[in-house]
Amino acid sequence: MKASRAGQAFFALAIVMVALWSLAPFLWQFITSIKSPEEVIAVPPTYWPSKPSLSSYVQIFKTRPMFATYILNSLIVALGTTAVCTVFGTLAAYAFSRLKLPGSGVVVNAIMVIALFPATLLVVPLKQLIMGAGLLNNPWALILSYSALNLPFSIWVLMTFFKQIPMDIEEAAQVDGFTRWGLLWKIIFPLSAPAVATTAILIFIFSWNEFLLALTFISRDAARTVPVGIALLSGVTVYEVPWDQISAAVVMTTLPVVAMVLLFQRRIIEGLTAGAVKG
Amino acid sequence: MKRPAGAAGSIQWLYAAPALLLMGLVSVVPIGQTFTMAGGFDRIGGDATLWRVLRNTGFFTFWTVSLELVLGLAIAMLLTRPFPGRGFVRAAVLIPWALPTAIMAMAWRWIFNSEYGVMGDLLFKLHLVASPNIPWLAAPGPAMFACIFADVWKTTPFMAILLMSGLAAIPKDLYEAAGIDGAGPVKQFFIITWPMLKPTIALAVLFRAIQSFGVFDLIYVLTGGGPGGRTQTIALYIYDIVFRYQEMAYGCAVTLVMAGCLCLFAGGLFLLLRPRSA
Repeated sequence: MKASRAGQAFFALAIVMVALWSLAPFLWQFITSIKSPEEVIAVPPTYWPSKPSLSSYVQIFKTRPMFATYILNSLIVALGTTAVCTVFGTLAAYAFSRLKLPGSGVVVNAIMVIALFPATLLVVPLKQLIMGAGLLNNPWALILSYSALNLPFSIWVLMTFFKQIPMDIEEAAQVDGFTRWGLLWKIIFPLSAPAVATTAILIFIFSWNEFLLALTFISRDAARTVPVGIALLSGVTVYEVPWDQISAAVVMTTLPVVAMVLLFQRRIIEGLTAGAVKG
Repeated sequence: MKRPAGAAGSIQWLYAAPALLLMGLVSVVPIGQTFTMAGGFDRIGGDATLWRVLRNTGFFTFWTVSLELVLGLAIAMLLTRPFPGRGFVRAAVLIPWALPTAIMAMAWRWIFNSEYGVMGDLLFKLHLVASPNIPWLAAPGPAMFACIFADVWKTTPFMAILLMSGLAAIPKDLYEAAGIDGAGPVKQFFIITWPMLKPTIALAVLFRAIQSFGVFDLIYVLTGGGPGGRTQTIALYIYDIVFRYQEMAYGCAVTLVMAGCLCLFAGGLFLLLRPRSA
């Protein structure tokens, strides 16, 4: 197929539009964040700051000492969830894909169906459960909930990858006297390291972003995670929203995700495709 | 590898046990509890708010999923063609999906700000509106528009990725054969792409519709369900019933209504889009 010059120009234009559309809200936050507080509320808005400065990035840490705590909390929760999900997920995916468990097909399908439904359906009774366990305002409440909610996805992605490892390797290793554990940790795990990394990246992003459970289970300011912290940063009245600081906060807390996407684009697409297209 | 499924089989379940226990505790136990805790079912029929939020949620779901499907398909078809810098563009397209919804909802609140927002200014500069000051989040129609707009921005990438994998699975020689037979790009789309992509589309629409129906973060932060409850969805309503009015039993009852809607929905869509000759 030979594309005409006009066709090619149209194609290039469409690509640029798509990229711009995807990045625009983030770029606008960035532009806002490097404006002075006065310029932020200039009418009409300026499309590039007259005097770019990083003062709102300094201001937010000065006037809102909790902001650093939110970031730390989010890191703890996201890393904790990633750890639990990868370890439990790897074990379960290994069991379901390699060990030929009787009845595992039904269990896996049931897990996937449950995972399809939004967390809203669980939040009320789950909060009761967490209250009963005395885990309100405790990062473990989030780590355990996020892990459970993301385990189906992790298991599914890992299973897809495990199935690609040839069975011969395991059989040869068993002949060589490896135990099942030895096999898993010394052979299967290293071989599937890329899949585990893919899963870990996605789980980190999911847990870094979660809002509803974080809003419901955590009411103490010092235990809040970033999304809730920023959403509630808006202040008591609508008229006093510190948009310069919020935009700096948005840029800082989304930048790690942007970096991860740029670095691991291929992996993320692979993982999402494996995790979402079932059957 | 032949091993007896008896004792060895049950030991092997231990590998899956930690994951299964955790999922059971966090997902299955609460589902059971919802049924035991639920009450006040007689209120459902006369609950005008419930019917309003169901309408809002349905409207939101229909428009977001439809627009995402169209845009996602366009983007997927654009990005399957090789071109220099494709990796970067793919990453750029992924970014809205990967960014935290609640945090980006704050970004949208700023974009849709009635006085200082860039959206009003852009539309004004394009001569599409008479004044740059549009009460985006304070008027019912514009507020719903803003919610749909932000959600479409956010979740189109997910649709595009799923559809991209579906497009990649269509054999290239089909297009070549159709080209030789004289079918143009539009005809090729309708005789090859659409029918071959239908199973992927069905799946993607199902996932997205369920998620969209459960929307919470975006609307909670962007409009809070306002103005006057005009963008309130069922998830926000449940949150209000339980955590604001402290009516646990009725909250669980409405949760069951929502779960019922989702099941109907999933079942209906499944029947509608299943392959004909199966």
